[in-house]
Amino acid sequence: MIECSSALHSILYPNRAFTKPPIAKFSLSVRSQPLAGFPGWSLTTGMAFLGALFGCFIAVPIMLFAALGISRRNRVVTRHIERFIRWFLIACSCLAILTTIGIVMSVLFESIRFFRIIPIPDFLFGLEWSPQTAIREDQVGSSGAFGAVPLFAGTFLITVIAMVVAVPLGLMSAIYLSEYAGRRIRTIGKPLLEILAGIPTVVYGFFAALTVAPFIRNNLGFLGMDVSSESALAAGLVMGIMILPFVSSLSDDVINAVPQSIRDGSYGLGATHSETIRRIVLPAALPGIVGSILLAVSRAIGETMIVVMAAGLAANLTANPFESVTTVTVQIVTLLIGDQEFDSPKTLAAFALGLVLFIMTLVLNVIALRVVRKYKEQYE
Amino acid sequence: MQGLIKSKTQTNYFTMLENDNNMPPTLDDSLNSPDFRTLGEVTVPRPIMKTKNVNVFYGEKQAIYNASLDIGKNEVLAMIGPSGCGKSTFLRCLNRMNDTIDICRIEGEITLEGEDIYGRNMDVVLLRARVGMVFQKPNPFPKSIYDNVAYGINLHGLTNSKSETDDVVEDALKRAGLWAEVSDRLNQPGTGLSGGQQQRLCIARAIAISPEVILMDEPCSALDPIATAKIEELIDELSQMYSICIVTHSMQQAARVSQRTAYFHLGKLIEVGSTDLIFTNPGHRLTEGYITGRFG
Ligand SMILES: Nc1ncnc2c1ncn2[C@@H]1O[C@H](COP(=O)(O)OP(=O)(O)OP(=O)(O)O)[C@@H](O)[C@H]1O
Ligand SMILES: [Mg+2]
Repeated sequence: MIECSSALHSILYPNRAFTKPPIAKFSLSVRSQPLAGFPGWSLTTGMAFLGALFGCFIAVPIMLFAALGISRRNRVVTRHIERFIRWFLIACSCLAILTTIGIVMSVLFESIRFFRIIPIPDFLFGLEWSPQTAIREDQVGSSGAFGAVPLFAGTFLITVIAMVVAVPLGLMSAIYLSEYAGRRIRTIGKPLLEILAGIPTVVYGFFAALTVAPFIRNNLGFLGMDVSSESALAAGLVMGIMILPFVSSLSDDVINAVPQSIRDGSYGLGATHSETIRRIVLPAALPGIVGSILLAVSRAIGETMIVVMAAGLAANLTANPFESVTTVTVQIVTLLIGDQEFDSPKTLAAFALGLVLFIMTLVLNVIALRVVRKYKEQYE
Repeated sequence: MQGLIKSKTQTNYFTMLENDNNMPPTLDDSLNSPDFRTLGEVTVPRPIMKTKNVNVFYGEKQAIYNASLDIGKNEVLAMIGPSGCGKSTFLRCLNRMNDTIDICRIEGEITLEGEDIYGRNMDVVLLRARVGMVFQKPNPFPKSIYDNVAYGINLHGLTNSKSETDDVVEDALKRAGLWAEVSDRLNQPGTGLSGGQQQRLCIARAIAISPEVILMDEPCSALDPIATAKIEELIDELSQMYSICIVTHSMQQAARVSQRTAYFHLGKLIEVGSTDLIFTNPGHRLTEGYITGRFG
């Protein structure tokens, strides 16, 4: 997701990235442009994507037409066209791979620059986060504190809340859809659930900020609880709804992939419907379900818009869901808003955060894919 | 009754047969006629299950036409017939496994010890515990070998202790002729066994809960002759206590293990009779054609 949106952005605004002077100014809505936005790399990235886009949408259809028209008559031409198509496709996939490498490299190099100023242990294990370095040297408090623990704790807290919402709901609706719902309900219900995944996250964001957060504050305030206007709970709940279709749709698929024959085996031994689900279907589908949950988690960790709007900016180190917290992604955005020198620790910190985030989601994705694949091997 | 075979190809098939063999037209005409009746004795003196005028439909398509057949106590009944003639379909009616197929509709009456199994008071779960099934394709659960066999036992709470369960599992595996091969790896997944071993595991799983009737759908199709012999021995042994209904494509097997044989053809129960009689002196031309290997 992250690569995709930044790539798209570099296509849409190819010159914006590399005409920028070292002082970077980013708008809030461009959430991951900074990853691709560094001069050297973004030049190749932007060009690469322009090329790929042009190729995919214009050249290939033309080429295929040409191939269709001419090729069958002339053997030599046929062979050349075949070879050309092959190289063209190789080039396309290389571009995609190079772009990814480019993004990773740019993040990596900037992170290294950051870690030259702030030591890695201070960053990874520091408990205080206040990146407000002064713009002028003579201001007080110009050093800032770059302990990322509160950010990861906030990310973790919100992700946990989101999973508490999404996993049970998603799993139950997947079980209902695949095991109990009739064909009609299924064909209507599943796409409806999947629409949730298609709602822009900014819409979820203002839903969280304008509806859910006030609701929580007003209703739980009565109970004597101190709820701040921006809370981890509001962001987590809404994010849970957002990632629900990831869990439900993928789980539904893996539950459906459990062969009818082993269900029959269970029924044939006198098991009821729910016994069969609990003892046979779910255990058999479990690896796939875990995979879908991990994918949802990595989605939740990377989510930005909802937390920007609903969770706040205060880097509190807390486990209380009613307090406002902040997350890694939110801080990346805030770090890059405003006029800062590009090589100030404040700006570079965004790359370091991005790098850690990237590694986390990468590991999660790899584990998830492994788990899913292992499950697939079982029946083939 | 208007749903009887009318398709052109099938009509031609019968006419062709008739012409080829120069048989008197009296026998097979009855197949298409509305008052077609199964040849031979469909009832037995001591039935455990009775089926009467059973029609089965998959959506619009009819798969079984008006079949009536009894299964006797402690009897091994073999069902034979060409592929696609409805043997599995008929078998699956007997423990309501067809309930899991949405488009499947069943008419007629099927009773177990006098109780209508499609009646309101019948508990499907109990029915399936009493009428066990071994499927055409081996379908072990993705669990350990032990858990595969213990599944039904635990489901119905048949034992009071772990050691008792162990004994039942061991006994079932021994009777299915699998114990020697798996006794040292009971904790490994059942899906890791060979096809034939898997099928014996499924048999062990079914007999572990001691059903009254065991339905076997080609239990030996994936087995080598030695394992097949073991299963046939098991069937003999089981028939002292239980009733068995076995679908098989092997005429020899039907002849070896069964006391009665039923011959199905294109969804119709053509002929039923004692196995000896069917194989030595079949009454219907189609039966004769099938067992002498002329078609099917
Ligand atoms: N689930 C189903 N949906 C639709 N039609 C089915 C279904 N199962 C079986 N049939 C049809 O019903 C007829 C009888 O099938 P059945 O499986 O009972 O045959 P069979 O005698 O067991 O054949 P075989 O010896 O190949 O196993 C076939 O024409 C088949 O196409
Ligand atoms: Mg069959």
